[in-house]
Amino acid sequence: MAEVVLENVRKSFPGGVEVVKGVSLEVAHGELVTLVGPSGCGKSTMLNLIAGFEQPTSGNVRIAGAIVNDLSPRERGIAMVFQSYALYPHMTVRQNIGFPLDVAGERKAEIERRVTEMAERLGIGALLDRRPKELSGGQRQRVALGRALVRRPDLCLFDEPLSNLDAKLRGQMRAEIKKLHEDLGATFLYVTHDQTEAMTLSDRVVVLDRGEVQQVAPPREVYDRPANLFVAGLIGSPPINLLPPEALGMTGEDQTLGLRPENVTVGGGEPPEGAFSARVYVTEPTGAETWVTLEMKGERVIGRAPADFAARSGETAWLRFDRERVLRFDKHSGKITKTP
Amino acid sequence: MIFGLVAAVTFCLGPFVWQIVTSLRPEQELTSLGLPSSISFDSYTGAFHGRPFGRVLLNSFLVAGATTLFCLAVGASAAFALAKMEFRGKKILLGGALAVSMFPPIATVSPLFLVIRWLGLRDELAGLVLPYTSFALPMTLWILTGFFRDIPDEIYRAARVDGCTPFQAFWRVLLPLAAPGIAATAILVFIFAYNEFLYALTFTSSPEKRTVPVAISLFAAEHKEPWGEIAAASIIATLPLVVTTLLFQRKIVHGLTAGGVKE
Repeated sequence: MAEVVLENVRKSFPGGVEVVKGVSLEVAHGELVTLVGPSGCGKSTMLNLIAGFEQPTSGNVRIAGAIVNDLSPRERGIAMVFQSYALYPHMTVRQNIGFPLDVAGERKAEIERRVTEMAERLGIGALLDRRPKELSGGQRQRVALGRALVRRPDLCLFDEPLSNLDAKLRGQMRAEIKKLHEDLGATFLYVTHDQTEAMTLSDRVVVLDRGEVQQVAPPREVYDRPANLFVAGLIGSPPINLLPPEALGMTGEDQTLGLRPENVTVGGGEPPEGAFSARVYVTEPTGAETWVTLEMKGERVIGRAPADFAARSGETAWLRFDRERVLRFDKHSGKITKTP
Repeated sequence: MIFGLVAAVTFCLGPFVWQIVTSLRPEQELTSLGLPSSISFDSYTGAFHGRPFGRVLLNSFLVAGATTLFCLAVGASAAFALAKMEFRGKKILLGGALAVSMFPPIATVSPLFLVIRWLGLRDELAGLVLPYTSFALPMTLWILTGFFRDIPDEIYRAARVDGCTPFQAFWRVLLPLAAPGIAATAILVFIFAYNEFLYALTFTSSPEKRTVPVAISLFAAEHKEPWGEIAAASIIATLPLVVTTLLFQRKIVHGLTAGGVKE
């Protein structure tokens, strides 16, 4: 069992920069939780605090109930996958994956059995005698996964493991990590700056900004009911439309309205009843649909049009949205005041 | 371009080539210029004649070898700690090491002589290994710290989460990766210790305890400078160094870290 609990954890570095500002968080055993936020939000530092590379300035880190603040990484019994893969260049794939077992004093035959099993599962069974420099990026990341998971850890940490891969490979590996998590039943803590990864992988998402937790919730909820403007703006692609009420012909004192692009319908030709007319700024066809940025009353709004939408920049189009789907935020505090 | 290259090579290799030519000259032609009329190995046999030059060569290898070993044993682990571990006073330590190495050797000869005598190491090879190690250590530390720093932190961290103690991480992961740096440092320390003259001259006195540079400098007799034998002895002493350097060079150039992390 490996639930992870952070109790009001703070971390300052010499020079007085506070990177983590009183974070409390509970991750249940077997959960896959992603920490997402822009660079400098403290997500990697939080992972380092849990891994044992950094000690909290105040507060407690608990793993499986025990306070581990002063334990070294090896005493915490965790596994970790790094952004740069961090494979051992002088060892073969077999030695790399078997290394944690070897260090733990496991018998040779048992190491061989488990390394082979792990490699087969990751589809790198044929590469066991190669060295890291002879592998492609995707293969290296698989070796790194194998090395982390071969010990069957209760807790595995991921520090932006896919950000060095190309887009296609990233999608593949994402699905594989999710599958591995389902099979192993271990706790996965996953740091990323990619909101798509956070949305697709997680049981729960932790959104961080400037060392503070902004929201902890399942992906669907973070998307539909973002706690504040920051979360609303971070999650979602294309990004949410944030507009003053007047731009949408609505009222609301000191409020900012949020409207997801897929809730805005854009079309050409004769506008239906209740639609606004606007000027096309740019169109981005994706194949399945076309994202259209429109200019309306001095504001830009992104909306969704059918794949065959063909208006050029500068032409007139119409847009329509369901008032019920509009999110309202307090303009000053940024907090959400109304959810659909 | 090519002229510059030829000039540079000539400038560097010229003296060495002259030394070879001199060592192969028959004795009666020693003072003449131009190519020798015949090749003679008399100087080579002469270098060993009447003096313990074989023993001297062995001494030099022992002293330089032991110095290199000690420097690497202490320097590599210290450099690893300086590069990868967190503790106070890192900068002071490295700065201190640099400051120490700035003393001109001549200034330290007299006090060191007293220390060596007090330790009972005068005219002993160990009496050379000790000061050599202490003088080569700062250089070792600086070079190796650089090499360990160049190994990505994530590799050290990976070793730590994989269950290594800091020493295991050093021994099983970082040391093999620093091998090119270790080899380069080994050569530099070895050459320093092998060529050192001042301390060797001061701290040893009996002919059987001398090292190569001192022994060669004392070849000269009262009425005769045996140029041929000096040249021959220099060649004999230099060849092993050249060979070792060439051997290790591959190791140095070979980038061992390729592929460990994403470049």
